[in-house]
Amino acid sequence: MSFIPKPKVTHPKLPRNALGLTERDYEGGVSTLCAGCGHDSITAALIQAVFELDIPPHMLGKMSGIGCSSKTPAQFVSQSHGFNSVHGRMPSVTTGANAANNELIYIGVSGDGDSLSIGMGQFAHVIRRNLNMCYIIENNGVYGLTKGQYSASADVGSKAKKGPANRQMPIDPVSTAIGLGATYIARGFSGDKKQLVPLIKGAIMHKGFALLDIISPCVTFNDHEGSTKSYAHTRQFYHHVIDADFIPPAEEIVADYEEGGAMPVELHDGSKIVFRKVDKHYDPTSRAAAFSFLRDSIRAGEIITGLLYIDEETGDMHDLSGSVDRPLAKIPYEELNPGRETLSKVMQRYR
Amino acid sequence: MSTVNDVVIKIATVNGTGSASANGLLMKAIFRMGIPVVGKNYFPSNIQGLPTWYEVRVTGKGYQARADHVDVMVAMNAQTYARDMAEVASGGWLIYDSTWPRSRQLNREDIHVLGIPLSKICNENFDGARARILMKNIAYVGALAALLNIDLDVITELLEETFAKKKQLVESNLKAIRLGYDYALEHFSCPLAKTVERMDRTRGHIVIDGNTAAGLGCVYAGATVGAWYPITPSTSLMDAYKAFCKEFRMDEASGGKKFCIVQAEDELAAIGVVLGASWNGARAFTPTSGPGISLMNEFIGFAYYAEVPAVIFDVQRTGPSTGMPTRTQQCDLMACAYASHGDTKHVLLFPANAEECFYSAIEAFDLADRLQTPVMVLSDLDIGMNDWMCPDLQWDETYRPDRGKLLTAEQLDGMEKFYRYLDSDGDGITYRTLPGEHPRGSFFTRGSGHNKFGGYTEDSAEYQDVVDRLLVKWETARKLVPAPLVEYSKFNKEGIISLGSCDGAVREALDLLGERKIGLNYCRVRAFPFNEDVRQFIERHERVYVVEQNRDGQLRSLLTLDLDIDPARLVSVLHYNGMPINARFVVDKLLEKRAGARAAQDTGS
Repeated sequence: MSFIPKPKVTHPKLPRNALGLTERDYEGGVSTLCAGCGHDSITAALIQAVFELDIPPHMLGKMSGIGCSSKTPAQFVSQSHGFNSVHGRMPSVTTGANAANNELIYIGVSGDGDSLSIGMGQFAHVIRRNLNMCYIIENNGVYGLTKGQYSASADVGSKAKKGPANRQMPIDPVSTAIGLGATYIARGFSGDKKQLVPLIKGAIMHKGFALLDIISPCVTFNDHEGSTKSYAHTRQFYHHVIDADFIPPAEEIVADYEEGGAMPVELHDGSKIVFRKVDKHYDPTSRAAAFSFLRDSIRAGEIITGLLYIDEETGDMHDLSGSVDRPLAKIPYEELNPGRETLSKVMQRYR
Repeated sequence: MSTVNDVVIKIATVNGTGSASANGLLMKAIFRMGIPVVGKNYFPSNIQGLPTWYEVRVTGKGYQARADHVDVMVAMNAQTYARDMAEVASGGWLIYDSTWPRSRQLNREDIHVLGIPLSKICNENFDGARARILMKNIAYVGALAALLNIDLDVITELLEETFAKKKQLVESNLKAIRLGYDYALEHFSCPLAKTVERMDRTRGHIVIDGNTAAGLGCVYAGATVGAWYPITPSTSLMDAYKAFCKEFRMDEASGGKKFCIVQAEDELAAIGVVLGASWNGARAFTPTSGPGISLMNEFIGFAYYAEVPAVIFDVQRTGPSTGMPTRTQQCDLMACAYASHGDTKHVLLFPANAEECFYSAIEAFDLADRLQTPVMVLSDLDIGMNDWMCPDLQWDETYRPDRGKLLTAEQLDGMEKFYRYLDSDGDGITYRTLPGEHPRGSFFTRGSGHNKFGGYTEDSAEYQDVVDRLLVKWETARKLVPAPLVEYSKFNKEGIISLGSCDGAVREALDLLGERKIGLNYCRVRAFPFNEDVRQFIERHERVYVVEQNRDGQLRSLLTLDLDIDPARLVSVLHYNGMPINARFVVDKLLEKRAGARAAQDTGS
């Protein structure tokens, strides 16, 4: 058996969320990734975020493609529904799932190979549809399961364990998403859970397509000297620039931010994201500003993290196509069938 | 030879000149006179400028296939004039636009050539280039009305219905009809030896194309999610679904749509959308054609193994590759039956005409839900895009979708534990839950190795246990799919097996062979896997001719693979040039094969 269920360790004093569940209730199977893998830290952050958001486990759809990252949905919230699809095609499956039932919360977990190579087309088009989902790329610049080939996000000059440095231009999912029109764009680092949890929460609660690119070093194939996606490199060049806090709908914003430095943005359900900015002139609601800021930082060799862009105005796929609010999958058949009389009227057109 | 209600009219025009409405008017007028018709459009992969033809077969006997000859050719396209003239049957008629002189080299002594100055007449009577071109088409319909005895009142009635909101168009169209009609009456001896005459064989019938019928079927089946990537010849299926939904699926209170159509970035995404939606409990479908099936392969295998329902319409066209995208074939049987890598096989339905497209759509959704697997409806360009006369589509108000073994929240409440892939009924079909329904119903859907409890596995025995159970399900499918339609007489020693759009030609061929005292039994398969009746049919005959429209005898291969039949018993009759098969071809080819087989038998014995 390759599936190892995690032994459930509970303690009566564990904190409980509004549903009366503990964080333990949101765990999944034991990870089968390498010890020290950045992905496991992301899984832990996801568990905390979903727990704190009081999401009923069975109302969560965990979607993925193929690769190390795509295995992780089996490792969180085992009481939810997982769909581990085919390589690079998770966006289309999630599109269909959401088309049928807009009541569920969708978290897609993908990798740099899954999203930026084989799935680049689907990644681009799910953004165009502004599908209401949280889309996480666990980005390590390398193919792990097939033993260490460069991925499309590998930086120029980055060195694999063996062989020459990469010379092809990388695809940066964040700049790509800004260009394609994504409505929530953030970057995090698997080694910074404190920053990651509010970014995940915001991404889940955002109504529309939320991209969360998370630098997640591969300890086996891409954590050596010369790699630009190693723990050491990321920690050195990583700039915690635009930070964000997630505030649930009912809570007041406690302003402990410097004047001019904080900027609350209200989400669809009344919850708020509060930006804390190092650069006072940065405007996270301006796509152009986000794009040029990001370009400058890439040129400077910096890894900018935080919530980079948000647009709460654009409607999601259902708004754009004008669907009813109810989940289509739950509309009774009687309401969907035009009936015999209508059919006989339709027949008159074909005589 | 003079005939009544047995004439083939073919109109040669240029794509994009608006002849479609004129041709539709011609066919409908004859249909409304109570005479069965067959309408076939032979069109190029082009928007404007290339040659296109429309063929109306008037068939008092109600045959469904195209004819093998042309009695009256309306040659409106100078580009194809020579070949159009060559196609007219001896003793037939060729009508051409005599506004300009025609080449003297092009002539035939054995046919009647009738010149009508259509352009000249229309230029004198209508203003504007567009109107003149359009009315030229209507004018030849008027001429044909005089030549064939088509009832002018019926034409008037049709025009009044079509342009109910644009009165001036009724007048201008009628004027064009009249101009053509009067010219023909004045210059030729009308009617010709082949005429039409009112009968009563179209009451309770409609003329519809298969894609429209299938789109309507999806609405009636309760499908709410449609995903697609535009591809000829399947596009009009989604167009029809959309149009019917806009009419019948709008929420009165909110104005919202009770359907969602996703025009995906490609066919890979289209099938992905279908699987996501089906997994979540919506009835979802995608219409496509051969190239789309090729692209969908990986996901189709996933759906087979993870057991996610899906309905796919493959409106087949001529392959391989882009092939001839506006021509017909039955060339995707093998590609669909065993789509994807690994051990996979899929349920296929074979509608034979437009009417069956409607019912097949509903059956496909029921089977997909019941069997939790992809079901493919294989029609083709001929069925999907041509005009078929068929009985009115009927609806049984007591119908309710068969959602299969879907556990409700109440049922889950009463269960201790739910395991997705546990076969508790012995039919190979396991119980399924919908996401969001109940906390106890959660499970993990994956294309990677899984055991009967739904857990990930790399254990040999656990893996094999699940794929063996899928074979049990396959045998259940064999009993659930529609049985073949068999016409059997114990006096006949030979039989024909065929499928889909070959049906019309085969039936007509059986009549023609009967006239020669050659009797054959007939079995039309309607689904894959093949029902036991198909095996019995083959076993009861010395020789079975398998009539199909592809080069490699794909149906024959499927029969031998699925039923373990000795291939020597099955003799192929194959038509694969892209045009719909006709009865003459079936008769000639079958007799040729029959003679060959008999000779071989004699030598052998």
